[in-house]
Amino acid sequence: MNAATANAEPRRPGLLLRLLGAGADAVADFGKLMIDWAVAVGGMTIFSFRVVGWMLTRRPRRETLLPNFYQVGVLSLPVVALTGTFIGMVLAVQSYVQFRVMHLETRLGAVINMTLVRELGPVLAATMLAGRVGSAMAAELGTMRVTEQIDALASMGANPIHYLAVPRLLACVFMIPSLTIMADFMGVAGGYFYSVHVLGIDMHYYFVNSEEYVGSFDIFSGVFKSLFFGIAIALVSCHRGFHCDAGAEGVGRAATTAFVYSFVIILVLDLGLGVFLDAVYNSIWPEGMKMM
Amino acid sequence: MARESGNEDIQDKPLVEARGLGVSFGAQTVLRDIDLVVPRGQTLAIIGESGCGKTVFLKTMIGLVAPTSGEMLFDGKNLQQLSEKELTRQRIRFGFVFQNAALFDSLSIEQNVAFPLRQHTEMTDDEIREVVLARLSEVGLAPDVMPKKPAELSGGMRKRVGLARALAMNPDILLYDEPTTGLDPIMSDVIGELILETRKKHPITSVVVTHDMRVAQKVADRIVMLYPVARLAGDEPQILYDGEPGRIESARDERVGQFVRGEAGVGDQGSGVRGRGSNGTN
Repeated sequence: MNAATANAEPRRPGLLLRLLGAGADAVADFGKLMIDWAVAVGGMTIFSFRVVGWMLTRRPRRETLLPNFYQVGVLSLPVVALTGTFIGMVLAVQSYVQFRVMHLETRLGAVINMTLVRELGPVLAATMLAGRVGSAMAAELGTMRVTEQIDALASMGANPIHYLAVPRLLACVFMIPSLTIMADFMGVAGGYFYSVHVLGIDMHYYFVNSEEYVGSFDIFSGVFKSLFFGIAIALVSCHRGFHCDAGAEGVGRAATTAFVYSFVIILVLDLGLGVFLDAVYNSIWPEGMKMM
Repeated sequence: MARESGNEDIQDKPLVEARGLGVSFGAQTVLRDIDLVVPRGQTLAIIGESGCGKTVFLKTMIGLVAPTSGEMLFDGKNLQQLSEKELTRQRIRFGFVFQNAALFDSLSIEQNVAFPLRQHTEMTDDEIREVVLARLSEVGLAPDVMPKKPAELSGGMRKRVGLARALAMNPDILLYDEPTTGLDPIMSDVIGELILETRKKHPITSVVVTHDMRVAQKVADRIVMLYPVARLAGDEPQILYDGEPGRIESARDERVGQFVRGEAGVGDQGSGVRGRGSNGTN
């Protein structure tokens, strides 16, 4: 009896059943993805509220603030300045050919400077910050989690969020406007250098056109956006570090995901804030629509 | 007179008490229905193989891990129900010696030991330095280690610094998490001696989590053995042994004897291998 049962070939389910099974699997996978996503967003939101709550209720100690300001601001300046300069020059190279066809070379300054102060300056500074500082924060906090240093902090009556996350958030928020202004300035300088000294565009018209099209609101909007980028980078990176998985692999993953998530959020925020700031501009100066 | 009897009441009250304590991480149950009382002044050793929940139990005592059922009381208070301010006040009554010392990498040895003092006291720099020097000398470290970073010290020295840091605030209870793991036998014995000496100098309550039987028998007044929940039969209690160190070898439960003698256990080998690999937290 047993042998007969063992030798009997299992019946293969029909095509319809198999299709139904595959469909159910796909729905289950999609459902799991959505639940994981909701858990991650919920966790991130709760973490953000806790960090902001601690920031508002207790002043961080000076000795925790200064090293973070130095790390985020001062040490990031050279790389932001360098990339800003090159982006300005690249914009000049790429735009020159198109503008020369239309004999509008002298308008190059307006295009380069507007692009830099409104978009590339803040996004570039934020990207460099996410890469240079965000990943390092996630890796450092992740290592502290794995080696029980965060538990040690808590065991000694020091709240880890207040001690570790709040100074990093403040450093990012206060330093990113300076980095953005540096990226803007060096980009403008790089674009000017290449346009005027390499491509031979008239300096006077280069700046007159630039001044005509780039206003204070454009510079403000770039710096304003950067504040949100700084908040996003700090919160995402600290969250990834605090919730790091065990081992070297966990720390590596925390650093990578900190950058990837920060970058995606920067781009989403950039779009949302861009639309919002345009609406604000148009409501304040309805007649002052710009050409660029 | 009334005051004296009041003090006696406090002395009679246990410092730590677990009531029906359970801790689970997702579907994995690490601690199940633990009832345990730690009287003041006692040195309790919690032993058991890796993954049995010893460290989780220790972290539940100080509120680093929240129980999923039951409660953990410290001096009659449930740490999970305290406000942030009160929790901080209670936590500075603990000294926690972590498995790998958990010293802050970015700070010097002096700054590490001074950390709780700077956080919670108004002492001047000179006063803090004096306390740091005294604590380091107590654990047998020379003052020249003070400017060094933790990475420059050996494993044994880091453990000593971890103990000095735990002692900095004159705690009421010291929790040691695997104090001898990763050390050679001589250094393990030195750390055991240090725990004994610390107890002589500071007559406080201590809980030592270890799988090193020599250390447990050397330092403890009482030994409790935990067993991994996954390998318990039915409703069997997780505490297999609770008693004096001298009697542990004659314990009725065969699994206690096997652990003390360091035997794998013939009938339990398969599940033992599975159990040991299944959980990183012990």
